[in-house]
Amino acid sequence: MDRTQARNTFIDLIARFTDYSSKHLPDDVRTKLKELGDREDSQMAKIIYTAMFDDIKMADALNRPVCQDTGVIQYFVRVGTKFPLIDEIEDGLREAVKKATEIAPLRPNAVEVFDEKNTGNNVGTRIPWIDWEIMPNRDDVEIYCYMAGGGCSLPGTAKVLMPLEGYEGVVKFVFDQITSYGINACPPLLVGIGIAGSVEVAAKLSKKALLRPLGSHNSNPRGAELEARIEQGLNDLHIGPGGLSGRSSVMGVHIEQAARHPATIAVGLSTGCWAHRRALIRIDASMGYEVISHRGAKI
Amino acid sequence: MSKIVLQTPISDADIESLSVGDIIYLDGHLVTARDDVHHRLLKQERALPVDLAGKAIFHAGPIMKKIQEKPGRYEVVSIGPTTSMRMEAYEKEFIRRTGLKLIVGKGGMGPQTTEGCRIYKAIHAVFPGGCAVLAATCVEDVESVEWLDLGMPEAMWILRVKEFGPLIVSIDTKGNNLFEKNRRAFEAQKDVVLEEICRHVDYFG
Repeated sequence: MDRTQARNTFIDLIARFTDYSSKHLPDDVRTKLKELGDREDSQMAKIIYTAMFDDIKMADALNRPVCQDTGVIQYFVRVGTKFPLIDEIEDGLREAVKKATEIAPLRPNAVEVFDEKNTGNNVGTRIPWIDWEIMPNRDDVEIYCYMAGGGCSLPGTAKVLMPLEGYEGVVKFVFDQITSYGINACPPLLVGIGIAGSVEVAAKLSKKALLRPLGSHNSNPRGAELEARIEQGLNDLHIGPGGLSGRSSVMGVHIEQAARHPATIAVGLSTGCWAHRRALIRIDASMGYEVISHRGAKI
Repeated sequence: MSKIVLQTPISDADIESLSVGDIIYLDGHLVTARDDVHHRLLKQERALPVDLAGKAIFHAGPIMKKIQEKPGRYEVVSIGPTTSMRMEAYEKEFIRRTGLKLIVGKGGMGPQTTEGCRIYKAIHAVFPGGCAVLAATCVEDVESVEWLDLGMPEAMWILRVKEFGPLIVSIDTKGNNLFEKNRRAFEAQKDVVLEEICRHVDYFG
């Protein structure tokens, strides 16, 4: 395959992958929703879960986006330094978004700041947002596609706390935001928390926490324990599906951390809605691929 | 219990008997109106291109597709509700100016909208968030579109719907607010939960 051919194959593949991820929730999310839905016993919660499952089925049958808000598209890229198409990724992702917007179709969501014009094709200044991580000495690439909808982006927040506010301050910060903004963000939510020394690191880690599969745990035993405690605590608020009350509030709580400064504890919060459109694809050097987030997916 | 189906035009009497938590459906006209439409009417003082008296608005920004063989006509692909709280500062005045009777959205709205609903006789109801394909299947026709210069999500899409729902009444005409009531319960429980967690998180050496 020559370079132009490989580039076109890459664009086409990512366009189809992005299209697919708007219409199908990942395996772990579907399993979790089923588990949470089965546990509900109130009429209201059951009605909401039934609507959600009907929607998931119809999206699949009619080949349409699960939620109309297909978000501002974000790609989290882990690229091997030897991946042959490394130079083409950034431009290729922008082209893929334009293509996916047409074929899916996705909702045009990129509004240029100051001009206040919707670009109409989901491409704009620095959008799709691309986050880069380098994988030394590898020749493949892993790309997460995440559709950051408005509803679940709205609770996003970050703050630098003083150390004497302690981890108590972190926990309180999270609960205050979930009981106010979170209830309108299409629960059951996936809650991402970043803890670090400065605000942008905490915020970014909170979003990366949302990419972790459900059921995974923080790498530090205390971190894992805190995830479990916050998850239990939020579920004990009984926010329920759609914020209309019910047994559970969240699909999970994920924390990611970076070493902090002695004088600061920064905390970031991102939330994912029940329609958590996070997909992961691995592409090898010869353009072979595997959709890791959706087992057996044909794209 | 029989299915409650509201039909546009909606009268005060149609909604005065409804209470928060009731589940209803809608037949008739539903018009999308979200941030920019509220801003144009109330901040920029531009007249709305659609008469909303007795009608229902939908806080929603749909995915629409042009129908190839019918120029200027659209079909709806996905249309779920958006976060209603964003319109809280404007909604009371929006109700007063337009005479609308039903606001469909997602999540709760605040005290100003609750007051607007009580004074001018209107209700707010939620469609299950994210269920955009389900909602699209309740749309019979996209009759027209106005203010498309605002972009697809912000334009006013005039829809004819059939048994559009389930819609859960979240603010009624009597001053009740379901989400506000729920939020108070969550807040009260929050203090208990926080106290327990905070007993375990002193990681300082």
